[in-house]
Formats: sequence, structure tokens, C-alpha cells
Amino acid sequence: MSEGSRTRFVVLAYIAFAGASYAQQMEVTDEARIDAAMHAAFPKASPDWLSRLKGDQTMRACSKSRDALPAEVARAIAARESATIQYPPDGRLIGDWKKGERLAQSGYGLRFTDYPPTRENGGNCYACHQLTNEEVSYGTVGPSLLEYGKIRKFSEAEAKAAYDKIYNSHATFPCSLMPRFGTNGVLTIEQIKDLVALLMSPESPVNRP
Amino acid sequence: MKSIRNKVCAAALALISALAGTGQAQQSSNDSIARELDTYRSMMKSDPWSNPGMLDVDRGQALWKTPEGPNNVSLEQCDLGLGPGKVDGAFATLPRYFTDADRVMDVEARVLWCMEKLQGFERVKLLTRPHPSAGMPVKDLGAIATFVAYRSNARSFSATFSHPKEKEALALGETLFFRRTGPMDFACSTCHGESGRRIRLQPLPFFSKAEEARKILGEWPAYRVSTAHVMTMQHRIYDCFWQMRLPEVELGSDISIALISYLVKQADGGEIKIPGMKR
Amino acid sequence: MSARPRIRLPDSVSIGDVIEIKTLMAHPMETGTRRNTDGTLVSRLLLHTFEAKFRGREVFRAALHTGTAANPFISFFMKVPGPGEFEFTWVEDGGARTIERSALKVS
Repeated sequence: MSEGSRTRFVVLAYIAFAGASYAQQMEVTDEARIDAAMHAAFPKASPDWLSRLKGDQTMRACSKSRDALPAEVARAIAARESATIQYPPDGRLIGDWKKGERLAQSGYGLRFTDYPPTRENGGNCYACHQLTNEEVSYGTVGPSLLEYGKIRKFSEAEAKAAYDKIYNSHATFPCSLMPRFGTNGVLTIEQIKDLVALLMSPESPVNRP
Repeated sequence: MKSIRNKVCAAALALISALAGTGQAQQSSNDSIARELDTYRSMMKSDPWSNPGMLDVDRGQALWKTPEGPNNVSLEQCDLGLGPGKVDGAFATLPRYFTDADRVMDVEARVLWCMEKLQGFERVKLLTRPHPSAGMPVKDLGAIATFVAYRSNARSFSATFSHPKEKEALALGETLFFRRTGPMDFACSTCHGESGRRIRLQPLPFFSKAEEARKILGEWPAYRVSTAHVMTMQHRIYDCFWQMRLPEVELGSDISIALISYLVKQADGGEIKIPGMKR
Repeated sequence: MSARPRIRLPDSVSIGDVIEIKTLMAHPMETGTRRNTDGTLVSRLLLHTFEAKFRGREVFRAALHTGTAANPFISFFMKVPGPGEFEFTWVEDGGARTIERSALKVS
């Protein structure tokens, strides 16, 4: 194949590949239309569940942006979300890692079969993360957290960063896939402390693989 | 005697435990786990005849032919899109717009329509608890849908999405796919938005990538080993919304049909091989 | 409407062939160790025996236990002595029997 036709081939192949991978985006931008369709699709939803059908301002921005988040939108999200983080009154961020492990294992809570609730909500961390060597049934949506505290030298600053991340991941990573466990009321402050302990205690199995 | 399902599961889990290893070999550990999960899945699918979902295909076929409901008629005049009574190949052309209903319908919404209009069943009753609990077999509507889908086996998804309402359904489906909401801030794309991810040990297809959608979509409806019943696509979406902490989505709603339209469009050209076999 | 068992026999066989006979039966195979949402045990209900006869004589038998999954798939092999009828029986806890017959054609 000559140089000229080879170049043409490469260009055409690139266009064909790009066209196949990035199909034309189709969108319904009329929020009212989407809201109406959502309400019609969940006729059994009680009034206090209706708010679940629509994301808040941050979620709307993340949904709209898909992959490409403009820098100023990212900054606005980080500012807005970090303002919602609440800390324990005594300032101690590390709880009980044994409770934390149970919380990491449990996906209980807030599903329509979890009412009336028979136990506390779980964090369901193992759904997306590796945490210990003992638990082989772990997900890979998020990074491995094995030796989390050990790698970070069990520092106080890192414990706070972990607390912030669990409470509201968007404070440091706008449009993170991770649920806003604290801000959205999925987990209590005490529960988040227990998860921080799971990650940051030297005795925790996370740090003793 | 061959009764492989439980043996294969135990063997796969033993291998996964052995391979999970230390943090150092993280990526290769994940790859090994992925390989063993693939081996488990291939072995489960190795003999399609052994799939208990075939019993629901049989049941669906019998229900299609049997006079039922207040009007005591069969479904043999039901038009699934290729003309009254034409079942072969119909599933492969769905979802599509139906003039008589003036809306886009997937196979379950269409079977529901025929059960209501031809047989006289009450729509409200068909929409009440339409999906089976664990251990219970799929309900009649689902069994009929499974039979209809089975009759498109070896064909490819070929819905054209040419009618304006079909295009609207597609656009709505794509928008919904990326729409984050609920207490966990989940969208479909949260889990199904990247290659090579899994929840616990369940690999997640990246549906916005046509190649992955094509491989997976043709396996639904599927027999679910863990619940011992066939799960239809509407049930699968209902279950997604459950764990997304949203309320109960209605069978055949515009939302579920829009999402199915998006998935089918992504899977265009993919082979239909029903019933699938899942964890 | 419950499903009838499925039987798969090969289409054309000759005397002396070793054939695989496949069966699929709908049954919850309740082990008796599962619990309801209220904590009570779900009672055991299993198919405990599968028998296959050909021309009236037993050619295969299986004792099934709690390790067998719901909707059991059971297959076995037989050397074909000639044409005849299979009779398959599944026996449930409590004695209920499901019987299915299938003719084997030999060319």
C-alpha cells in the first residue's frame, strides 16, 4: 500500500472507529417531561418517596455532564458539597472497626423492602471495594482499600480525609460515583466513624492482610 | 448422572478463594477471578437444553394456545408487530410503535395488551405483583414473553427505531440511563458505565459500549439460579430500581420501555439466545 | 398451570448405540433449611427419587438430596437394545409421583 493511500486508510479507519464508539448522543432536555414520565412510572410511590425520583442540583449537573465536567461546575460542586459535611461534636473521627466491618458487609436499608426497618442501614462497601483479604467476594467499581491506613501511615489528616470522603465524596471528587453517605442520610456520624476505624485502625483487618 | 450446577459453583468459589491472594498481585488477582467467573458461566451454559427456563418456554407456549380469561380466547390472534399470530422473529423487532395502542411497547407490554384486549383480563390485576418472588416460577405473562422471545432465537436484534415515538423512547432511555437520583445517587451508568467492573462477584456489562451490550442483551429473559426462576427484562429493571433505592416501577411503564429501547439499540445486531442462565 | 417434565431422546438411534437421555423437571426442591422473612423455617419438600425404566425394566435410578438444585436436570446413558418405551418417575417427599413416558424409535 502506498504512503498516500495508507494515510487515507488510517484516517478513514479512525473516523469509522470514532463513529462506532461515540454514537450520536440523544437526550431529552425537557426536565418537566422527564419528571412527568418518572411520576407516571411509579404510581405506588408514597409522597415521601417522590423526592427520590429527581436528583438535586449536584446530581443534575453530574447527569448532564456525563464524562466531561466543566472546571467551574466542578468547583461549584466541591464547594457546595463540602459545606454539607458535619463532624462529631468531640472531634474524634475514629470509632469501632468491628462495627465498621459489619457495616461494610451490609447492603441493608432504604430499599422498598426495608420498611419498616428491622436494623440499621449498611454502607455496602464490599459491593464496590476490596477491603480485607478475608473477604473474597468484593467488587471493583471503586479502588481496592486494602492496607488503606497503613499506606497513609495512620495519619490524623488522612483519617479526616477518609471521613470527608465517606460523608460526601463530591467535596474532593465532584461527580464521584460514590454515594453521599452522610449528606444523603444513608449513614449516621457514628457509623461513618466506625468505617473510618475500619480503614485507619492499625488493628483493623484492612491493615493486617 | 449430570447435576452440575451446584458442583460447578462450589469449584469456582474454591478457585476464586485460592486466587484472591494479597494486595500486591491486585490486577492479576482480579483477572484470575474474572477468568474463573467466566469459566463458571460457560459451564452453566454448556448444555442449553438443561436450562430450567425451557420449562417456562413450554408453559408460555401452552398459555399462548389455550383459551383463557373472561373472554375465553387464546392469544393466537395477538399481533406482536409482524401480524396477528405471527410469533417467529417478532421479539427481534421489538420494542416498536403499535398504532392500536398509540405507544412504543416491548414484548411484555405487548403481551399485557393482548391479555387485556383479547382475553379480557383486568389490567390492574395483571400489574399487581407481576414478578415472582424467590423460589416462585415466573408468572403467566412472563412465561408467555419468554416463549415469544425464544421464538426469535438465532436472530439478531433489529428494531429500527424509525417512527418518531420510537426515537422519543430512545432519547428518553438514553437520558434516563445517565440520570443520577435517589439516596445513593445512582444512575444506570454508575454500575454499567465502564468496562471490567463488578459488584461483589457479579460482572457488570458496560451498556454504552455496543460490543458489550450485544453480548449480554440476547440472554434476557434468563433463568436465575439463585432465585430458581426465569427473570424477564421488565423484572430485571424493577430489580435495578429496587437496589437504586427507588420505588416500584410499573411493568410496561414508559420509563422501563424507554430504557429497554436504549439497551436494544446498543445491542443492535446482537444474537438472541433465550433463555439465558444467570447467577 | 404447571409445566410437564421435559424429556430429550436422540432422534435416530441404532441397536448398540450408547445414547444420552436428558430430563428436566420443575420442582422447588425445598431443603427445609431456608427461612421465611418472618424467621420461620420453610418446610422441606424434595423429589427424593428418580427412576427410569425401559421396556418395564429399571435402567437408572437416582437418590436426590438437599444438595440438588431446584428444577433438577438429570441425564444418564444407556446402550440401546432395541425400540421400546421409557417410563420416568419422580417421587416426592410424601409419596406423590410424577410419571412421564417417551417412546424410543430405532432405525
